[in-house]
Amino acid sequence: MLSQIPVMGSPIAPEAVLSGGIDVGIKKRMADVVLNAARSKGATYADCRIGRYLNQYVITRENKVENLVNTESYGMGIRVIANGCWGFAATDKLDNDSIAKATAQAVAIAKENSRLLSEPVKLLPQKGYGEVSWKTPIERNAFEVPVKEKVDLLLSVNDAAMKAGANYVNSLLFLVNEQKYFASTDGSYIDQDIHRIWPVFGATKIDAKSGKFETRQSLSSPRGMGYEYLMPRESDKIKGTPTVLYRDRYDMIEDARAAAAQADQKLKAKSVEPGKYDLILDPSHLWLTIHESVGHPTELDRVLGYEANFAGTSFLTLDKWESKKFQFGSKNVNVVADKLQPGSLGAVGYDDEGVKTKQWDIIKDGVLVNYQSIRDQGHIIGLNESQGCCYADNWSSVQFQRMPNISLQAGKAPLKPMDMIKNVEKGIYIIGDSSFSIDQQRYNFQFSGQLYYEIKNGKIVGMLNDVAYQSNTQEFWNSCSAVCDQSDYRLGGSFFDGKGQPMQSSAVSHGSSTARFNGVNIINTARKI
Amino acid sequence: MAILTEEQARALLKKALSYSKAEQCEVNLSGGDSSNIRYARNSVSTSGGISRNSLVVSSAFGKKLGTATINEFDDASLEKAVRRSEELAQLAPENPEFMPFLGPQNYGAPTPTFVSATADITPKQRADMVQQSLQVAKDSNLTAAGFLESSAGFSAIMNSKGLFAYNTATDINFSVTMRTADGKGSGYATKGFNDVNKMDALAFSKVAAKKASGSVNTKALEPGKYTVILEPAAGIVLLEQLYGSLDARSADEGRSFLSKPGGKTRLGEKLVDERVNIYSDPANPELPTSRWNGDGRVQEKVSWIEKGVVKNLSYSRYWAEKKGVKAIPGPDGIIMEGGTQSLEDLIKGTEKGILVTRLWYIRPVDPQTLLYTGLTRDGTFYIENGQIKFPVKNFRFNESPVIMLNNLEALGKTERTVSGESSQNALIPPMKIRDFTFSSLSDAV
Repeated sequence: MLSQIPVMGSPIAPEAVLSGGIDVGIKKRMADVVLNAARSKGATYADCRIGRYLNQYVITRENKVENLVNTESYGMGIRVIANGCWGFAATDKLDNDSIAKATAQAVAIAKENSRLLSEPVKLLPQKGYGEVSWKTPIERNAFEVPVKEKVDLLLSVNDAAMKAGANYVNSLLFLVNEQKYFASTDGSYIDQDIHRIWPVFGATKIDAKSGKFETRQSLSSPRGMGYEYLMPRESDKIKGTPTVLYRDRYDMIEDARAAAAQADQKLKAKSVEPGKYDLILDPSHLWLTIHESVGHPTELDRVLGYEANFAGTSFLTLDKWESKKFQFGSKNVNVVADKLQPGSLGAVGYDDEGVKTKQWDIIKDGVLVNYQSIRDQGHIIGLNESQGCCYADNWSSVQFQRMPNISLQAGKAPLKPMDMIKNVEKGIYIIGDSSFSIDQQRYNFQFSGQLYYEIKNGKIVGMLNDVAYQSNTQEFWNSCSAVCDQSDYRLGGSFFDGKGQPMQSSAVSHGSSTARFNGVNIINTARKI
Repeated sequence: MAILTEEQARALLKKALSYSKAEQCEVNLSGGDSSNIRYARNSVSTSGGISRNSLVVSSAFGKKLGTATINEFDDASLEKAVRRSEELAQLAPENPEFMPFLGPQNYGAPTPTFVSATADITPKQRADMVQQSLQVAKDSNLTAAGFLESSAGFSAIMNSKGLFAYNTATDINFSVTMRTADGKGSGYATKGFNDVNKMDALAFSKVAAKKASGSVNTKALEPGKYTVILEPAAGIVLLEQLYGSLDARSADEGRSFLSKPGGKTRLGEKLVDERVNIYSDPANPELPTSRWNGDGRVQEKVSWIEKGVVKNLSYSRYWAEKKGVKAIPGPDGIIMEGGTQSLEDLIKGTEKGILVTRLWYIRPVDPQTLLYTGLTRDGTFYIENGQIKFPVKNFRFNESPVIMLNNLEALGKTERTVSGESSQNALIPPMKIRDFTFSSLSDAV
């Protein structure tokens, strides 16, 4: 499930963010203390993650900087198997005595809890990589961009929206840098430096007379990139659509100007007539439908019941996968899992249990062909090696299965969004994400967007409001009648995919081109209170 | 670092403040230990123990503010944190909404948020509780997945204007989902307390087991408007959207369900049924909360909705000063008054209706009307002539808590429950509501 934007970690001074952290050699020595202590206490496997998690938030509204926050979280998480059972302990004291004590605690927890075990943990084999490293390929480190430059950008965004008629505008720049060092008894010592960026705004227009208000949120997406994402480039703009859409570079000021005008149009838009419509879904919207209705039900831990108490289970049970003919979607539906796509949130060199990342098919020609899994579950679906989907959101969190990028592949025949619309008799073109909700087995969902355009006889005739679509996952994906070509392919995503207890957030991207779904049920969401 | 006593915390904060050269300086110190066991497929899965502490230093020059933190507490580290916050303050742009730090406050007697028995819980005690829960599942041929977490912590604040506050708290939270072997039935129970001695994992697991066994072979009812009985764990997830949105500024700015045409708000107006009374009270023995909030403001008893009327809204200190009103912090530890009827009494008094155990994936649809969507889950039953007749397929709803509380039929006895969405605890009664809007069916179990 996706949550709202929380502010995580503790604030620190800006210059502290730029210091390089501790030397790899020292981290290796600390890790060896843990691995040796774990072995001597009787652990059959151990790994440790030394993490330094940096965030920066620039938070503004209208012409004011509300807050400037730098946070840092530094510590170590230790995971062991003893008596066949997992144990975990985390500490922010990194002297040798404290980490040895935490290791002993992890082993003691594993041993105490082993009486609650029905069968011992079985790990897929993993070779040690020795000492290796990986870094997000960024052009400009956003943490090194002067604070003033970032503040000035957001205030310009706000100014553009206000000048275009917004009554209020909030904007936020959210930066993440995960510096993590992983070591395990398999013989891996992996140093990774991961960067993410997410600029967002919301422009609100109020009609004082009627007391009504509408907000249009930004059409940006969170990316595994540096500050270059915020440096506009004409070749990354898609024009000719009702609003400009963005590929790998985002023009935040241009989008804010458009947003203010569109918030006003939303106030005056026609309330939708409920019924069946053909939907044309832009990637800025479709990523979230993919996330909820394809990403989550193909997580193997959910299928097996590990998430039954919170995030839920899945309708994509093992028998459907074993049959090799479960028609999840139409022939147009090809979905790939990966942790490799440049600029995506899922891209890393190695996962959080030391597995090199890869790409594989999930849905092939509409048929369910695979899941997403990690080392302690892969044997259940006959894998010989892990798919590399293990992640922990902090040094203090235990790693577990998290969603890789899950993306709908572009159509092979040339097709652009506006050409797709030409063949629609009665439809709605939806841009941007908004409300989202799906049941705990991923059958029934309801989604809304930022912008809804009514299509009549192949033409956009105006804007609609109060729109939400409800469908059943299998029915919806089988109604997918066309997907635009690669030139329209874009990534959406979130920093805040929530799962697990205690809940952890994971960042994930979902790529797609604009896609068409026939005869989807639209409800009208207007109410009076 | 173990939980510091009030005197230890005071001494450490005093030392940190002694390094300050700013016009104003405020230091927050917090820390604690938490431990958990997670289980699924009738077996333990992940579990662990986490220890964390943090010192936050905020320095201000005029309307310029800077903050820095550290988690080492020797003299040099304390001074370094203070210097860093001062440097950042000098770099930060001026914020016209910055408010000077508060002076000394009178917080009154401490509330019973800390229970030693919870702080002293051992790994064996936690494992024993989970073992009881697993035994219920095995005895009933069900599959259990659950989570048990205990924590103990402290927090303290001090500033250069003489303010000081200190608090300790413990929590234990438990939730369990039991499913039938064929996956056709599912039941849920959740509870949270400050005192581990109140946590009866065995009894709550039995409730979940009974719901699981009773919810197989569901019948599908047509979506539409139904009378529902929302158990507290179901009601809280919609109610928290209402009491979490009682913010004055967004109402005054015209972008809240509490806004009215012409810049007016619904403060002081009747919003919901007159039997609805919602307040917060740090001293409530069933749900004690801290006497102070994050910026040092006093948390006292506040009535939010009284006899259906919006009585108070929360204010930031800036907005309160601008409006010339008291800066009431947002609600912490919500209590909704109930009646004397048990859940069973409410069922007995229902001719036709639906009993809802849990609501899930609650998301806003329209902020103008506070419309939310979500689904029923883990135990949904049809009631006829005062009796539970059969389990029904789960529904998606589209409903506003404002509309819901206008369609109130009856309230049961208030009890402490936990939100499955926010993990917040509150005292909420079971509620009987007419014309609750179910918009479609879900195949999910």
